[in-house]
Amino acid sequence: MLLSRKWLNEFVEVDASDREFAEAMTLSGSKQEVTTDLGAEIKNVVVGKITEMKRHPDSDHMWVLQVDTGNEAVQIVTGAWNIHAGDLVPVAKDGALLPGGVKIESGKLRGIESQGMLCSLKELNLTAEHDYPYAAIKPAAILGDYTPLKGQEPSIPADIQPGHKLFGSVCAAKVLEYATQPDGLYHTVLDLGGSTAMLDNDCQNLHEGDMVAYDAKAEKICTPDDLHAQQAEFPHCITDGIWILREANVQPGDDVAKLIGCDDHVVEFEITPNRPDCLSIIGLAREAAATFRKPLKLHTPEIKGCGGSIAELADIDIEDGDLCPRYTARMVKNVKIKPSPAWMRERLRNSGVRPINNIVDITNYVMLEYGQPMHAFDFSCVEGGRIIVRTAREGETIQTLDGNVRKLTPSMLCICDEQKPVCVAGVMGGANSEIVGDTAQVLFESANFNGASVRRTAVALNMRSEASARYEKGLDAMNTMKAVQRACELVELLGAGEVVDGVMDVIARDSAPTVLKLEPERINALLGTNVAESEMRTILETLNFELDGDKVTVPSWRSDVEGMADLAEEVARFHGYNNIPVTLSGGASAHGGGYTPVQLAERSVGALCRSLGYDEIITYSFISPSYYDKIKLPANSPLRSSLKILNPLGEDTSIMRTTTLPSMLEILARNYNFRNKAAYLYELGRTYFPKKTGPDATGVAEEPKILSLGAFGPEVDFFSVKGAVETVLEGLRIDGAVFEAETGNPSYHPGRCAKVLLNGEILGVLGQIHPDVAVNYGVDCELYAAELRFDALYAAMGAQPVYKSLPRFPAVARDIAVVCGKAVTVGALEECIRRGSKGLLKEISLFDVYTGTGIAPGKKSVAFNLAFRAEDRSLTAAEADAEVSGILALLKSELDAALR
Amino acid sequence: MKEQLEAIRKAALEAVAGPQATADLEALRVKYLGKKGELTALLKQMGGLSAELRPVMGQLANEVRAELEAAIENQAGLLERKAMEARLENEALDVTIPGKKVRMGHKHPMYSVLDEIKDIFIALGFEILDGPEVELADYNFTKLNTPADHPAREWSDTFYLTEDSNVLLRTQTSNMQIRAMESRELPIRVLSPGRVYRKDEVDATHSPMFHQIEGIVVDKGVTMGDLKGTLNAVIRRIYGENTVTRFRPHHFPFTEPSCEMDIQCHKCGGVGCPTCKGEGWIEVLGAGMVHPKVLQNCGIDPEVYSGFAFGMGLERLALGQYKISDMRLIFENDVRFLEQF
Repeated sequence: MLLSRKWLNEFVEVDASDREFAEAMTLSGSKQEVTTDLGAEIKNVVVGKITEMKRHPDSDHMWVLQVDTGNEAVQIVTGAWNIHAGDLVPVAKDGALLPGGVKIESGKLRGIESQGMLCSLKELNLTAEHDYPYAAIKPAAILGDYTPLKGQEPSIPADIQPGHKLFGSVCAAKVLEYATQPDGLYHTVLDLGGSTAMLDNDCQNLHEGDMVAYDAKAEKICTPDDLHAQQAEFPHCITDGIWILREANVQPGDDVAKLIGCDDHVVEFEITPNRPDCLSIIGLAREAAATFRKPLKLHTPEIKGCGGSIAELADIDIEDGDLCPRYTARMVKNVKIKPSPAWMRERLRNSGVRPINNIVDITNYVMLEYGQPMHAFDFSCVEGGRIIVRTAREGETIQTLDGNVRKLTPSMLCICDEQKPVCVAGVMGGANSEIVGDTAQVLFESANFNGASVRRTAVALNMRSEASARYEKGLDAMNTMKAVQRACELVELLGAGEVVDGVMDVIARDSAPTVLKLEPERINALLGTNVAESEMRTILETLNFELDGDKVTVPSWRSDVEGMADLAEEVARFHGYNNIPVTLSGGASAHGGGYTPVQLAERSVGALCRSLGYDEIITYSFISPSYYDKIKLPANSPLRSSLKILNPLGEDTSIMRTTTLPSMLEILARNYNFRNKAAYLYELGRTYFPKKTGPDATGVAEEPKILSLGAFGPEVDFFSVKGAVETVLEGLRIDGAVFEAETGNPSYHPGRCAKVLLNGEILGVLGQIHPDVAVNYGVDCELYAAELRFDALYAAMGAQPVYKSLPRFPAVARDIAVVCGKAVTVGALEECIRRGSKGLLKEISLFDVYTGTGIAPGKKSVAFNLAFRAEDRSLTAAEADAEVSGILALLKSELDAALR
Repeated sequence: MKEQLEAIRKAALEAVAGPQATADLEALRVKYLGKKGELTALLKQMGGLSAELRPVMGQLANEVRAELEAAIENQAGLLERKAMEARLENEALDVTIPGKKVRMGHKHPMYSVLDEIKDIFIALGFEILDGPEVELADYNFTKLNTPADHPAREWSDTFYLTEDSNVLLRTQTSNMQIRAMESRELPIRVLSPGRVYRKDEVDATHSPMFHQIEGIVVDKGVTMGDLKGTLNAVIRRIYGENTVTRFRPHHFPFTEPSCEMDIQCHKCGGVGCPTCKGEGWIEVLGAGMVHPKVLQNCGIDPEVYSGFAFGMGLERLALGQYKISDMRLIFENDVRFLEQF
C-alpha cells in the first residue's frame, strides 16, 4: 500500500520526518517497506516562457530559444518542433536532475551555447495518455520534411510552390502566420498561391515559412495520415515533443516538481492480511493518529443532487446473499467524460494508479481513500435497467476490461443485467458496460462481496486487481454507503455529471457489531505489563472503539478483533511492544528439558560418520518416479508405492522418496561431475511410506530415518565402506551383526553387496553400486553406498558398558594357514575356527588370502592369527597347540581346509 | 713396582682418552684390566714384595685400577653421547613436509547452526520434539486458526497428497505447536526444528523444501514479557551479547498478540545500509502469544493457561551466519562447499 503523505495530512497532521514517521508506524504495526521522496528525482526543473525563437544558423531542424525562467533568462538550443514563442515549458536548467538519474548540464550544440534543456512529458516520467491528456501532440505534415521512401519516386516535388495541387482538394500552402492562442489552438494564415486562408489549427509543429498540405474542402491542414503517408516519409513530424504547459496560474520560475505533484513523499507499507482497513488512506490515517496521538479529521460527504429518483431508473437484486451481503449504488446522469483535475491525477499517480478519465478516476480515488473498491457501469449498457447479483451460469462468458474473453463457471459471482454478466464481482468490469467517451449515465457500485469467493474467482481467472486484492481479505460492509456518497460528492466537485437523488442499498446479510468486555487485569496479565486502564481506554477510543463502562464495541472495519487477546494487542501496539518489561520466567517443563535418548543416538551416529571422514549432506525428500528406474527397482517393488504430490512443482520433485539411495547417488554423481577426486558423504534422512490402512489409519505417513553413506574415490572400496559400517556399529555398541552376501539387490553389484543382519533382522545393506546404475547416473567409476535403518540401529544399541577386568595373564599367539576351496568364505572359516576352539581362543584376525604359485587351481590359502588366553593362568605351549590341533581337525572335516 | 704402576697409570689414562669406537675402548679395558691385562699381571707380582711394602703397593694398585675404571666409564659415556648425537642428526626430518592426512568429516553448515540453536534452547530447559512432515491439514492449518478458505491453503502454495486437501506436506513447523499441546502434559517447553515445504521455485533465496525452528511454551501465567525475555536471551546467544533487538507488531493466525523480532543491523549499527536494505534492522523471527482459539483447539483452557510460540527460518540464519550468498549451495552438497565448514 502506497501512502502519499500529502494526502495523509488531509486527515491527520503529522509533521514527523520520513524516518521518524516510518519508525513510529512500523513499531505500531504498519511496517514501512520503503519511503520515496518523489521530489528527489526532479531537481532544478522550472517553468520557462519562450520569449524568442530563431532558427539555428547551422542546422535545418534546430531552434535557438531565449527563455524567461523567472529570475533569469537562459538560451536553449532545441530540436523540438512543437514550440512557439509565448509557450510555457518545463526547463531543466544547468545542473538539473531528471527521473532515471539523468543530469543536465550546459553545453554547445553545433557551436551555439545551450544552458539547459526543455522537457517532454516522457522525460518527466509522465505520459499524455494518462497524466496530461491535453498535451498529446498532433503533428501536421510539413512538406519541406518530406523524404521519399527508398527506391520510390518522390510523390511531392521538391520545388513545390503554394497553390500547387497535390490531389483532390488538397494543395500546397505556405504558413504566413502561426501564433499560439490561449485556448491551445494556433491562429493560422496560409498563402495558397494567389489567395490566403485563415483558420484555427491544432497541430503544434508549424511555424512561419513552413510549407504544408491544405485541404480546401475540409478547411484543414493535413497530417501525414491525411496524406496516407508513412512516418518515415515525414521523419520529423512526430508525436513526440516538448510539454506545453496549460496549467492554471503557472508563472515562469515555478518549480515543475511541485507542479506535477512531486513535492510529496510516498511511504510503502506492508499491510498484514488481517488489516484490509489499512489498505486505505483513512485506515492508515487512523493508525497514524493513534501512533502520534493527533486528532483524526474525517469528512462527511455532502451531495446536492439534481432531483429525480434512482428507484425509478434502476433495480437491484441479490440472488446470493452469502457471496454479496450488501450492494449499494447511486446514479449519475448527464455525465461529461473528461480528464480529472490535476490534483486528483497527482494523488492517483503518487499512489501508483494511472489516471484514465474523471469517472474511472473517481472510483479509484474513493477506493484508495476509503479502501472500498467501486465500479462504474455505463448504465445505458445495462439491459432492462436491472442489476442482478448472481453466480454465473454454465457456459457464460464475459469480455473483461483488459480485452480478454473469460469463461465463467457457476462458482463465480457476477454482476449481471437481465441478459448477461456485465462484471465479474469484485474482480474486473466487463467491456460491455465500460465507461467510454460518450457515456452519459453512470451507475456507481459500492458493494460488499465474500472475500474467499472473490479470491477463488480471481485466481481461477488469473486476474488479480487492486479491487480483488482488497475484497479477498474481507471488507467492512458498513463502508459501502460512505464510499458511494464520497464518489457522488466528487462527481459534483469535478462537474462530471448530475447525481440523481436516492441511494439503492440492498442489505442481504446484516451483521451485528462485536461487543467485548474490557478486562484490564487480564490484558496486563497476558502482556506482563502494568498499563493503566485509562491508557487502555484512550488507545481504544483513538482507534474508534466505542466504550461504555466495560463494554467495548468493536468498529465494523475491525473484524480481526474478536476477543481479549485482540484488545491486548491493540493496547500493546500503542503502549509500545518495546515498553513491555522483559522477564524470563514461566513454562518450566515438567520433563526438565534435554535431549531424548533417540536424539542423542542421532547425534552419535553423525559424530561417528564424521570421525570416519564422511561429510554430512542434506537432500530433498521428494524425488522423480523415474529415479526408481535409475536404481533398477523392479516394476513390482513395494518401494515404488510412494506418496504422490498431486500438485508438484515438476516431475523431479513429485513423489516422496521411499529410499534415500537415489538422493545419495544424485549427490555422488554431482560431485563426480564437479571433478571432485573423492567424496565421502552421509545423511540421516527420512523416507516416507503410506501408513498401513485400517480402522485407525490417520492418513499420515510412516517416516523412518535411514543412515545413508555414499563414497567414491581412489581409496574407496568395498572393505573401506564395510569398515565404516562396522565402526558405526561398534560406536553404537551393537554386537553380533553379521554380513551376508546379497546377490539379489538390483541396485548393487551382485558380487559386492552384503546385507547386515542382527539376530536375523536386517539392519541394512552396503556394497558397490551396480555399474549399470552408475551409468544411469553418468558415472564411470565405482560408487559405494550403505543404507542402514536408523530405527533398527537404535533398537540394537548396546546398554551402557560394564567394566570387565583386564587380562592378567599373557596370550599365546599361533598363526595358521589353511588351503581350501575358493568358494569357502572367510566368514565360514572363522565360524568353524570359533567352534573348533575349546574356549581358550580369544581373537581371530585374518592376515592373508592367497592364490597362485604353490596353490592348486580352484584353491586358496587363508592365513589367520589366533590368540589364546586363559583368565586364571599362563597358558602353556602345549595347551595352545592342543587348541590349534582341534581347530585344524574341524576345519579339515567340515570345510576340507587343510593346513598349508 | 711403584714406577711400573705409575707407568701403567700414565700410559693407560692417555690411551683411554683416545678411542672413538666402543670396541676400541673395550680392547683397552682388556689390555689393562682384563684377566691377562697389564695391571692384573703386575698385581700377581705383589706376592714377592716385603710385608711393609705390600699394603702400600696394594693401595696404590687399587687406586690405579679405580682411576682407570673411572676413566674408561667416562670415555664410554662420552662415546654413547656422541653416538646418540650422530643418530639424532641422522634422523632429523624436514618438518615442513605435510603431515599424514587423516580424513575429517564435516557437519553440514546448516545443521551446525541448528545444533548450536538446539543447545541454546536445551540450556534454557527446552525439549526437542520431532514430528511428521506428511501432515493432516487439521494440524498444519485448521487447529492453527487457519480455516478452510484461507489463502495459505491454496493448491498454488501448498503441496497436497490427497484430492480432499486433507493430507499435505507441512508448510510450517507450527503443526508441532498443536502436536506438543495435544500429546504432552502441561507445562510445555518445546523446540521443534524440521523440514517444511512450500510451492516455491528454486532460486538464490527460495527452495520448495526448507527448514524452520518452532518453539512453544505453555504454562499458567506466561506473559509477553516472558516471550521477549526468552527470545532476547536466545538471539543474544546466537548473534552476540551486545545485539540490540526490537519487537514490532505483526500478524499470524495462530498467535495474538503477534510480533516480529528484529536485530539492529550489525553492519551499519541501525543507520541503514545495503545489508539491511536501508532499514537499519534485520528481521530474525516471528512470534506471539498462543491464540486463545489455538489453546482451545488443543483442549487447553485459555482462561487458565497462556503461552508463547515462535518460529524462525533456518536457511536464512545459516546463510547469514556463514555469509553464503545462494541457498542452492545448501542443497547442492558439493564437497568443496561442505569441507569449508
